[in-house]
Amino acid sequence: MSARRTDEPAGGLLRGIVERHRLARGPLLPILHDVQREAGWIDDRTIDLVADELNLSRAEVHGVASFYTDFRREPSGGTVVRVCRGEACQAVGGEEIHAALLAGGGGAVTVDQIFCFGNCALGPSVEVDGTLHGRVSVGDLPELITGPTGAAPDAA
Amino acid sequence: MSGGPGVEVTVYVPADSAARSVGADRVAAEVRRAAAAAGRAVRIVRTGSRGMAWLEPLVEVETLRGRIGYGPVRPGEVAGLVDEGLLDGEGDSLGPVEALPWLCDQRRVTFARVGVVDPRDPDSYLEHGGLTGLRRALEVGPEQVLEGMTASGVRGRGGAGFPAGVKWRTVAAAEGDLKFVCANADEGDSGTFADRMIMEGDPFQLLEGMTIAGLAVGASEGYVYVRSEYPDAVATLRAAITAARERGWLGPDVLGSGFGFDVEVRVGAGAYICGEETAMLESLEGKRGMVRAKPPIPALSGLFGRPTVVNNVLTLCAATSVLADGADAYQELGTGRSRGTQVFQLGGNIARGGIVEAPFGVTLRDLVEGYGGGTRSGRPVRAVQVGGPLGAYLPVERLDLPMDYEAFAEAGAMLGHGGVVVFDDTVDMAHQARFAMEFCAAESCGKCTPCRVGAVRGVETIDKVIAGTDVDDNLALLDDLCELMTDGSLCAMGGLTPLPVRSAVSHFGEDFLDRDRTPHTTRELSP
Ligand SMILES: Cc1cc2nc3c(=O)[nH]c(=O)nc-3n(C[C@H](O)[C@H](O)[C@H](O)COP(=O)(O)O)c2cc1C
Ligand code: SF4
Ligand code: FES
Repeated sequence: MSARRTDEPAGGLLRGIVERHRLARGPLLPILHDVQREAGWIDDRTIDLVADELNLSRAEVHGVASFYTDFRREPSGGTVVRVCRGEACQAVGGEEIHAALLAGGGGAVTVDQIFCFGNCALGPSVEVDGTLHGRVSVGDLPELITGPTGAAPDAA
Repeated sequence: MSGGPGVEVTVYVPADSAARSVGADRVAAEVRRAAAAAGRAVRIVRTGSRGMAWLEPLVEVETLRGRIGYGPVRPGEVAGLVDEGLLDGEGDSLGPVEALPWLCDQRRVTFARVGVVDPRDPDSYLEHGGLTGLRRALEVGPEQVLEGMTASGVRGRGGAGFPAGVKWRTVAAAEGDLKFVCANADEGDSGTFADRMIMEGDPFQLLEGMTIAGLAVGASEGYVYVRSEYPDAVATLRAAITAARERGWLGPDVLGSGFGFDVEVRVGAGAYICGEETAMLESLEGKRGMVRAKPPIPALSGLFGRPTVVNNVLTLCAATSVLADGADAYQELGTGRSRGTQVFQLGGNIARGGIVEAPFGVTLRDLVEGYGGGTRSGRPVRAVQVGGPLGAYLPVERLDLPMDYEAFAEAGAMLGHGGVVVFDDTVDMAHQARFAMEFCAAESCGKCTPCRVGAVRGVETIDKVIAGTDVDDNLALLDDLCELMTDGSLCAMGGLTPLPVRSAVSHFGEDFLDRDRTPHTTRELSP
């Protein structure tokens, strides 16, 4: 995801997000999703503020934020690569892709495992900063991650 | 032949996320560029996908002979194809797409519009028969809708196969001034993508089905719970909801009938267990996705404790066909107690993967060898997993199994959401069994010990088998663990994980016992 990443997600940003969802039934997940998207992660201060705003206990919000893998409790580094480890991708070499990504060792890449993108007839599937790629081979990875020019990814 | 220069040509390029994953956006841009260079006017319509994944990106051109197809088209090939007459349906084409045997041999009901219409355009929906079911439902009223759903025999497509009419009747009979309809679009099973393709390719159909359900049970609000791995589905669905509200298809006065119903999209957050209906309800309420003990059933006490219909996307879509074409037409398709069509999804190591919608009763062999054309790698098929990560692994000898709920249950397998994942002979079934346990350990909601702890033990035990340590003892231990998980788990996550594990051991014992003789280190895949 090409998220705008600030050092501190909390504050004014949060108030706007809460307002957006205040009338929704069960607004906690939509709020956490927006924080995640706009700030890149969910810090402790955000948890406190969300708890205050929604009249929930801090433990409750913390419990929800840590239950779901989409919500990051610490900032992610650089390009976010999400690789499918579902069975249909395994059947065409998905585990080799996963292993190659983990072995890649590049500091500016965060590798997450996903269980299925719904692209199971065109695997292996790998998503790079929010863009899904099908029929990926290990050889494709460097170009997918750093772009065709070999330049460093746009970290903005 | 269509017209020459000056006459606008309509070109269809899928915006389905699978097609996009192999370059459909760049192909659409190239078509625009090449047409401009040739001085031709084009209208590019971004459709869903026809479900012929191996042909993606599949470009179609409107001509007097119908829609002529080209595929798979690489971005770099577009200029050449346009030179050779693509905009007039000439050159190296697949011919009329609707005449392709792979497509005509199917019985497309739920998928009739997918890949054909512009999914964001309500007029396109109407032109292709949309809203017929809802109009009929408003005409005949809730009682007749409930009767039709029951008579049709529609069974839940989310996995359990529960009769939809019975569920709707329970919600309709429940007391309550506020009721909900929740579409389960979590589609967590790997190897499945039909819900996604409906949401990306024909989202109005889902909204129509939900509205029919709302009318039948007396609900005023609907939620679609979509997994976060499907951002395109979320965007298309939201656009469709906005358009439907503008047209008065959703809102306080649906089609001028006085009945009020609206729909909101909610996005999951990367938890497989949230596909289980009670965990999904917890998640919709803003909580951790923990499975609830039943009773109470969601039909009586569901979202925020209110009576709630929870149905899979395809179940709700089936309601539009039942209403539009009648319960009898639906009943006529299928076999035994499995009525209608099922949307099979062919994935994994398969030459021609995608969507096969066919009446229940088609065999696994028809799907894997017929439609699917065997493996993508060209090697022999060795194993097929049906029904997602909690589904059994079947050996190639079982391919003659008919695809219906009862036949599968008898064979110790399950149909689930209709996913069919093919593996060639390089597969290591001990690894697949290990993965089933690993997946359960990663995705367990943690409520019951047999699931939470059993799965972790399961991984350790299979690791020992793989290492060749006390193989017989460890296989016996694995069997005990499976027994414990089957008997002692609250939901099917822990309860069915033993299915892939045990089927792997029983059908592919050599991968567990004779590991030295069957090295699984080489794999060659031609793309
Ligand atoms: C672990 C687990 C995961 C499930 N995942 C899904 C899912 O992704 N989509 C779905 O429709 N049903 C899923 N189900 C089934 C639902 O609990 C429920 O039966 C279904 O949504 C009911 O709708 P239906 O009757 O139309 O099938 C899952 C069940 C379990 C136990
Ligand atoms: S079986 Fe597993 S996922 Fe299901 S309720 Fe128990 S712990 Fe949760
Ligand atoms: S299993 Fe990888 S996309 Fe479905």
